[in-house]
Amino acid sequence: MSAQDSLAAPEVLVRQPAAEPEPSLVVASQWRLMWWRFRRHRMALAGGVVILLLYLVALFAEFLAPYDPEATSVQYTFAPPQVVHVYMVGAYVFGYRSVVDPQALRRTFTVDESVGISVHLFARGPSYKLWGLIPMNVHVIGPEDASAPMYLLGSDRLGRDVLSRIIYGTRVSMSIGLVGVALSLILGVLLGGISGYYGGAIDTAIQRVIEFLRSIPTIPLWLGLAAALPASWSPLQVYFAITVILSLIGWTGLARVVGGRFLSLREEDFVMAARLDGSSQLRIIVRHMVPSFLSHIIASITLAIPAVILSETALSFLGLGLRPPVISWGVLLQEAQNIRSVATAPWLLAPGVAVVLAVLGLNFLGDGLRDAADPYG
Amino acid sequence: MVGFVARRILLMVPTVIAISVMTFAIMQLAPGDFLTSLVAGMASQGESVSQGAIDALRDRYGLGQPPHVQYLKWVSGIMLRGDFGQSFEWNRPVSSLIWDRMGFTLVLSLGTLTFTWVFAFLVGVYSAVRRYSIGDYVLSFLAFIGLAVPGFLIALVLLYVSAHFFNQSVGGLFSPEYVEAPWSLGKVVNLLQHLWIPIVIIGLSQAASLVRIMRANLLDELHKPYVVTARAKGLPEGRLLLKYPVRMAVNPFVSTVGWSLPALVSGEAVVAIVLSLPTTGPLLVRALQSKDMYLAGSFILLLSTLTVIGTLISDVMLAWLDPRIRYQ
Repeated sequence: MSAQDSLAAPEVLVRQPAAEPEPSLVVASQWRLMWWRFRRHRMALAGGVVILLLYLVALFAEFLAPYDPEATSVQYTFAPPQVVHVYMVGAYVFGYRSVVDPQALRRTFTVDESVGISVHLFARGPSYKLWGLIPMNVHVIGPEDASAPMYLLGSDRLGRDVLSRIIYGTRVSMSIGLVGVALSLILGVLLGGISGYYGGAIDTAIQRVIEFLRSIPTIPLWLGLAAALPASWSPLQVYFAITVILSLIGWTGLARVVGGRFLSLREEDFVMAARLDGSSQLRIIVRHMVPSFLSHIIASITLAIPAVILSETALSFLGLGLRPPVISWGVLLQEAQNIRSVATAPWLLAPGVAVVLAVLGLNFLGDGLRDAADPYG
Repeated sequence: MVGFVARRILLMVPTVIAISVMTFAIMQLAPGDFLTSLVAGMASQGESVSQGAIDALRDRYGLGQPPHVQYLKWVSGIMLRGDFGQSFEWNRPVSSLIWDRMGFTLVLSLGTLTFTWVFAFLVGVYSAVRRYSIGDYVLSFLAFIGLAVPGFLIALVLLYVSAHFFNQSVGGLFSPEYVEAPWSLGKVVNLLQHLWIPIVIIGLSQAASLVRIMRANLLDELHKPYVVTARAKGLPEGRLLLKYPVRMAVNPFVSTVGWSLPALVSGEAVVAIVLSLPTTGPLLVRALQSKDMYLAGSFILLLSTLTVIGTLISDVMLAWLDPRIRYQ
């Protein structure tokens, strides 16, 4: 870390030596102090674990999902979720019995308790290529007989496995947050930094633009831009277009944070010292100023990701964001858009639980990081 | 004060102009112009359009001319004649479609704003004064849930619960018998009975962040020396709280309400679709899906302008509350 930190730490200690009994505090680096502070925040720690797990799910989606997310089954449409029963030497789920409603001419499924389907860990199922490279057919959980039905979270109107689709959706939903925030960050740091460092007329102009962008209701604006995307674009192009649209507003928040930090740091003694030393402007910014607000930026980023995830979900839910065959949590929730499907198949709301988990986890994590960002306070 | 308000209103003008330019750009982004779609739509229904009528429309909206001419024709149509253009999907002037819906949106937004404000204020003050009590923990937890659960998801769950367990529908703003009825006292009561559900759903996520702000602000103030002074001279606790620290803490709170207006309108758009409310949201999304750009553009323009006016009101309130801002 830069010079001012190693100076500041012992000073804190001299003033209140009895308050912090840990002897290693004197030599602890700033990042270590932050980790100690962060560790005390239980909810943030739990949030961090949840987020880590979600990204692991995204990484190993093919292995964790019992089925191919696009595999349809004419036989089992709207099948309700099964419960895994564990007994001494293994586990099983009950089979289905189909009943045709003579009035609505609709087939509904009830759980048939006379049929047990044996379920195994690391079962062999449909083959796939992990990360598109390694051919495999082992899934973390699956039925012993690969043709037997196993829908742990039910199936949708085409008989696709909801659990597998949520697992695959994690990939897009969790990554769109990262990509979107990365874009906002580049814009935010660049413009916020310029605005804070130079001040004056440039600052005023950038602040006006931020104010303008923030005064527009986002959903109508996003909807308008998303509707203008040509229908002929490939899913990948739409994905990037949507992230660009989402970060169009997202950068303003980050720019304000960064701008404010820059403005206050510019007056600090160590910046003046570096300037008197003859450091170039770029060196002052990169070597002296950025390290001292990096932790704050990390915290702001963590708090900005859930907003992007929620926006993507809302846009896709309305049918103006990502489109099938791309699978994201918002696209999955589109299946649950009308009251009829929610009433007949409430398990279609399950992707919503994933959204809530991700957003809560990121919020708690960000809260903890923000508290830890200033370990001397 | 008058000078401050006048200056703020003057500052609003460039913002509104910028909004209209942006809206127009969005309208232009969509492929094809509305006239081509109109002609194609009428032809598919077996009607033929005379070349004269097409030319008249083409001239009225400046289609085929450079963008800035089209923009000026569009804006002057709105400013001078109240003509927002033609909705080809409904085959009616846009202005005949939007005002009812804007009215309901306005009522819903104002209701939600009031709810958000009162709720966030009361809960924020309570959790700051009774910090780390059970009530504070429960309310903070609820606030986090409100923050994390998208409004449309709450609406969907509510739809499911009411349909499955109570066997009744919560959608819409009126019971079926009142939808077409003329305005009467019964209809207003019926409206209020339906209105609180979307208000609470949309308001909850907004209120959640405001509660956090209010709580943090008040906590900063509660330990300042002037509070100790007031307590030492024997002021009753309730009056002390409202007269000094709350007045200080409510200040950033009011300025944030201005920012929360755009979010409110956005939240309304999505929740309204799930609950099938007769507000702007559902019509806007439909217009965008069918590339009915004059209709969609008018909604975006009006909603954004409404938000700017709302921000102005909150700025004026802030200035009224805090003299330092007025005399800057």
